[in-house]
Amino acid sequence: MTIITKTAGGIQVVKPTVSSHIRDYWARVRGGDLGTLPAVLGLLALVLIFGTARSETFLSALNFANLFNQGAQIVFIAMGLVFVLLLGEIDLSAGFASGVCGAVMTIALTTHGLPWTVAIPVAMLTGVVIGVVLGTLVAKLGIPSFVVTLAAFLGFQGVLLTLLEGGKNISINDGFVKSLNNGTLSVTWSWIVAVVGVGGFAVAQLLRWRGRISRGLIADPLGIVVARIVGLAALAFAATYVLTLERAVNVVITSLKGTPIVVPIIAVFLVLWTFVLGRTSYGRHVYAVGGNTEAARRAGIPVDRIRISVFAIASFMASIGGILAVSKVSSVDPNTGGSNILLYSVGAAVIGGTSLFGGRGKIIYAVIGGAVIAVIENGMTLMGLNSGVKFIFTGLVLLAAASVDALARRRAAATGT
Amino acid sequence: MAATPLLELRGIDKSFGPVQVLHNVGLNVYPGEVTALVGDNGAGKSTLVKCISGIYTIDRGTAVFEGREVSIHSPRDAAALGIEVVYQDLALCDNLDIVQNMFLGREKKRGVVLDEATMEEMAGETLRSLSVRTVKSLRQLVSSLSGGQRQTVAIAKAVLWNSRVVILDEPTAALGVAQTAQVLELVRRLADKGLGVVLISHNMNDVFAVSDRIAALYLGRMAAQVKAADVTHSQIVELITGGRSGNLGLPPEKPSDFIDITPAGEKQ
Repeated sequence: MTIITKTAGGIQVVKPTVSSHIRDYWARVRGGDLGTLPAVLGLLALVLIFGTARSETFLSALNFANLFNQGAQIVFIAMGLVFVLLLGEIDLSAGFASGVCGAVMTIALTTHGLPWTVAIPVAMLTGVVIGVVLGTLVAKLGIPSFVVTLAAFLGFQGVLLTLLEGGKNISINDGFVKSLNNGTLSVTWSWIVAVVGVGGFAVAQLLRWRGRISRGLIADPLGIVVARIVGLAALAFAATYVLTLERAVNVVITSLKGTPIVVPIIAVFLVLWTFVLGRTSYGRHVYAVGGNTEAARRAGIPVDRIRISVFAIASFMASIGGILAVSKVSSVDPNTGGSNILLYSVGAAVIGGTSLFGGRGKIIYAVIGGAVIAVIENGMTLMGLNSGVKFIFTGLVLLAAASVDALARRRAAATGT
Repeated sequence: MAATPLLELRGIDKSFGPVQVLHNVGLNVYPGEVTALVGDNGAGKSTLVKCISGIYTIDRGTAVFEGREVSIHSPRDAAALGIEVVYQDLALCDNLDIVQNMFLGREKKRGVVLDEATMEEMAGETLRSLSVRTVKSLRQLVSSLSGGQRQTVAIAKAVLWNSRVVILDEPTAALGVAQTAQVLELVRRLADKGLGVVLISHNMNDVFAVSDRIAALYLGRMAAQVKAADVTHSQIVELITGGRSGNLGLPPEKPSDFIDITPAGEKQ
């Protein structure tokens, strides 16, 4: 049963135990705060379905590695979109912004013959500038973000065509850029990355736990902390094991094994933005503006600057998505970042559990949602289904995710206060 | 009773375009006392509060804080002096927890990282000083709190910063009977801690239950500022509705104060 204990200032609170923790989580779920649970369950279901239907191809190590490369662009754009969605705004131009940034990098590399150490930062800077312009139009002029970014969506499509002189396809030869979304780490490095990642997570979790206990504050029960660490370790080590298996189609010609380079890149940005949102005052202010703009303003938070900054982050992340898209096919064309990339990215963020109404969401949601999208796209292709069926199914999944979000909100309104 | 007011407003005028909302308003707030600010809708209560808290700038008049003349141009100036306002609509973020809300905009940091432990300790101490004994968790989301609990968090947020003057805008308007009693008790406790408390309320029972002084606004003018013990319920109602009660309040209106707008030719 509930045990009462004391925390800061001698206030009596409920002592958390493993069972109360689980009960609280379940109560939150029932209360409408589903977090990323539907996405995780959906991901498991999809893997089961595709795994049974196409066990030979879908469950192969080669396909598992491909999923990361295929999903990278969407995951990066979605990570940026989480910031915009947290304020209840939208960025419809992120897809073509990533295309424009990819084209800028390509042109810098080829036409101007610049090294990647210059071309990549130039592309990233282009992203930031795009975001600042969009954010300023939204925050200072008060134009709805839907309209600003819809205009930018059309505009950037034109910019991309113009940059590519009417639709040329420009190839790149830079080995480093190509390796970003094609290359793999050596087997040794794959394991080092996995061990360092899991170890870092464990140290951070345990230090935080010990810090709170030593100051007499309420901390999550140790069992839950350990379970989190063990869970991540199991996932990371199992994935690394599969990724370090030989997956080349013909081993005689070439050997292919190791974690795709894009995995640690995604992990670095996941950790970076999770830290920014969760542990800095900037992140706190983003949530506050998304939750109650008026309260944030009265608390002295520079609401306009926060609004501009989230668009800057979104376009910056889109630029990296663009770089990875160019890397994957070693070229840029007028449709890089076009077609359904943007809709898939918004879908990834929302399917992962980010609220369209603002104030609720995490960076990890973009990664999980991105995984769902990548698995749907990949699995249905392997099932031999045509694009029409894929679009209809993805649309239904997105609709389901948005309904979960809307229902959760209604439920939270009914149970809260 | 403290002789010198903590905050003293003299001759405050405030206009919005051609409409003058406050006329020569004076208000004294004493430490350790609850001053109720009453008045009908549109009497200028909210405007006066926003002038004190720096959201509006005053056109004329002076504000004296602890004997020093001060100028308040922004909410930050007010906060620096130790003037905090608890707004009617609470200004809490539902998606943040109790500690996060209490420190919103003024987070404690170690380097760039938020110092969650220190903030939680300070929040706990503050809540305890307000005699809050039990919560489920200091990390509970505000959306899961009851109306009275939310009001408590909003008030705790205001007193966290060693504030000197706390202004409460209709703190009991949306609450039930038991919760109203709790919040009023809290208001009284703030004054007992030596703060100057301004309570805006429409509810005469609340006003008489906790206040030491009552200031009644009538159509933008300060009708009277009196000790609660010296007046009756009905006198305050008369001050609110008519601007005067017996020898209290504004002088009777003189016919010369009015402009004759009857069209010429219709005079009888």
